[in-house]
Amino acid sequence: MSLQVTNLEAELKEPQSLVSERDRAQYLAQLIEHRNPLVVSGWLGTVRDRALNLLRDQALPSTRDEDWRFTDLSALYRTTFQPVKPAIVTSTDLDTWTTSDLPIRIVVINGVFAPEHSTLDTLPSGITVQSLATAEEAIQPYLLQQQGMNEVFTALNTASFTDGVVIRVGKNQVIETPIHLLFLTVAGDVPVAIAPRALIIAESGSAATLIEEYGAIASSSRAMTHQESGEGTYWTNAVTEISLADNAQLHHTRTQREATAGFHIGKTAVAQSRDSRYSLTTLNIGAQISRHNPEIVLTGIQTETHLNGLTLAVQSQLSDTHSLIHFAQPHCIAKQLNKCIVNDRARAVFNGRIEVPKAAQQTNAAQLSRNLLLSSKARVDTKPQLEIVADDVKCAHGATVSQLEDEEIFYLQSRGLDRESACDLLVKGFAAEITEKVPSEKLRSQLLTSILSLIRD
Amino acid sequence: MIIENSDVILSVKDLSAEVDGIEILKGLSLEIKAGEIHAIMGPNGSGKSTFSKVLTGHPAYTVTGGEVTFKGQNLFDLEPQDRAREGIFLSFQYPLEIPGVSNLDFLRVAYNSKQKYKGLEELDAFDFDDLIRETLDIVKMNPAFLDRSVNEGFSGGEKKRNEILQMALLEPTLGILDETDSGLDIDALRIVANGVNQLTRPDNAVLMITHYQRLLDYIVPDYIHVMEGGRIVTTGGKELALELEERGYEWVTDKEPVEVGAR
Ligand SMILES: Nc1ncnc2c1ncn2[C@@H]1O[C@H](COP(=O)(O)OP(=O)(O)O)[C@@H](O)[C@H]1O
Ligand SMILES: [Mg+2]
Repeated sequence: MSLQVTNLEAELKEPQSLVSERDRAQYLAQLIEHRNPLVVSGWLGTVRDRALNLLRDQALPSTRDEDWRFTDLSALYRTTFQPVKPAIVTSTDLDTWTTSDLPIRIVVINGVFAPEHSTLDTLPSGITVQSLATAEEAIQPYLLQQQGMNEVFTALNTASFTDGVVIRVGKNQVIETPIHLLFLTVAGDVPVAIAPRALIIAESGSAATLIEEYGAIASSSRAMTHQESGEGTYWTNAVTEISLADNAQLHHTRTQREATAGFHIGKTAVAQSRDSRYSLTTLNIGAQISRHNPEIVLTGIQTETHLNGLTLAVQSQLSDTHSLIHFAQPHCIAKQLNKCIVNDRARAVFNGRIEVPKAAQQTNAAQLSRNLLLSSKARVDTKPQLEIVADDVKCAHGATVSQLEDEEIFYLQSRGLDRESACDLLVKGFAAEITEKVPSEKLRSQLLTSILSLIRD
Repeated sequence: MIIENSDVILSVKDLSAEVDGIEILKGLSLEIKAGEIHAIMGPNGSGKSTFSKVLTGHPAYTVTGGEVTFKGQNLFDLEPQDRAREGIFLSFQYPLEIPGVSNLDFLRVAYNSKQKYKGLEELDAFDFDDLIRETLDIVKMNPAFLDRSVNEGFSGGEKKRNEILQMALLEPTLGILDETDSGLDIDALRIVANGVNQLTRPDNAVLMITHYQRLLDYIVPDYIHVMEGGRIVTTGGKELALELEERGYEWVTDKEPVEVGAR
């Protein structure tokens, strides 16, 4: 079952100008050629080489591929990305990305761990943070353990990353303060591609909160607006692997607030062992074209998973979320709520796949997709994709699409709010159900403020 | 209370209005002065709610004739929000639910919109909290309702109480109550009526729209108007309600008695 909603006038611009298969193959070869060299050689080099092999028989997708049907990457394929140069960043450059209620900060700039901007000396005991490039080989068994590592963009990240971070929460350690993990890009005068990488290891019985953010550092000296010359254009192709051991808990927030000149493709690959609890709150706000794939594999019994997502797409943005929850064991619970707010001619895509094989009896899964269209040319394609083989399961799903109702606006006007404030309040109400789960008051209000101002522009 | 020579708050002359091209109000006239409580009664579909929506500026209704002044100024010159800020308040027959917006935030935004318009001080969250807690008492509302989404999951009675809470907060010059009594049990009706009675003053006025005489036992009107077919057909004092109760609307709305089913 699929629900595709186009408002009255929105014309479908298909078929798109497809980039041919040969061109895409050449493009992939060029991406590989232009990837950043490793600074530190060693086991990481072997990992990259293995991924290169994987890429040999793979192709970059086009809209002919079912998984990319609504997401045309031609604009990405038409951009030639160069290796990224080292960037010098001052602490004031980071100001817009830090908040006082998130004192534990780990910063990665252009894919490279930046200890000088991170607050390593205030790390609580029980948690370790390392640069991936210099991590000891002992972490290698944790890397590439998740399913879906062969998928082309993920393999491309593995073949291209030069560094990243490893965060390990020790056994039975309970970390109260959220860990603020910032992946920031300093774009240059030519388009650059960045492959940020993170590995999160939550050992058994541990509990932690992680806020992972993606965005660009813009300062007046670094103009991000000259898109035509390619200046400021960048592509983040990110992968975060997360493993939760038995009885571990992770509260995870992921925001994508890339600059409008940016492209973003990201994977969050999670494996949950028995009795673990994982919650993921995603906010997809930036980038001209973005795609996020949260993929959760429930490898143990009695796990609990909560996915809450909010996408805002305005102007000509395209924002796609393809999620997967794969049940493999009995007695697991997963709840998913995905919301999209779409304005102007923007487009949002939500595809929520839930796999319940025979072994996963007593599964309890619920998925709801709620969408708010603010203009007659806005479009959302939302599709639950349930593959249920087990027979003793509870699986519910639903999708709604709405607009701001005149009656609601009038009710607020009759209380003295002007039309604009009334619309703001209604949109805020719609968004708040997701933003309120972000475990930082300052970040929550920043997010709501930027959502409202983006809608107004 | 009827006060000699008090100011005219609302003056409606020969008002007609339509919705979806169908004329609903057909030459309605009414005058409300400071201090007075008016009631409009009438059968379902006679246009009572339409009148309240036209006064508050609902976009679905088009005024096709007549004049309305509010405190001496042309009402139709004002946007809906400015009518509210100038002091018109409608307690909705069917209050809307607004998911995700806390009642407290909503009340504060509404209060501050009016303060700003009047050039008065807007209240921050702390000061507003003090104010609203005092106001809650007027409708005996549990503070827990402040943290819930506006009207979401409220019972019928709780929604109506929430409407009167807003009225208490915004202190309108003209409070219009559209069927505020319908669906209320007797305890809730007493609380709501008691709330309204605490809000009446010599310098404001109330227009109650109701179907039943019951409300008028608790909020005693100075005038009762009977509406039928989009206009006021009879006006009288509070005794009129009793007569209507006994003899039915046909008594005033039809010159000649009609057979059942003839209309
Ligand atoms: N928004 C609307 N669209 C169409 N018809 C309406 C609308 N509002 C009111 N009406 C019609 O106008 C007439 C009067 O309705 P209303 O004002 O609600 O009466 P009352 O409140 O006295 O019961 C009814 O016939 C009703 O169907
Ligand atoms: Mg009515």
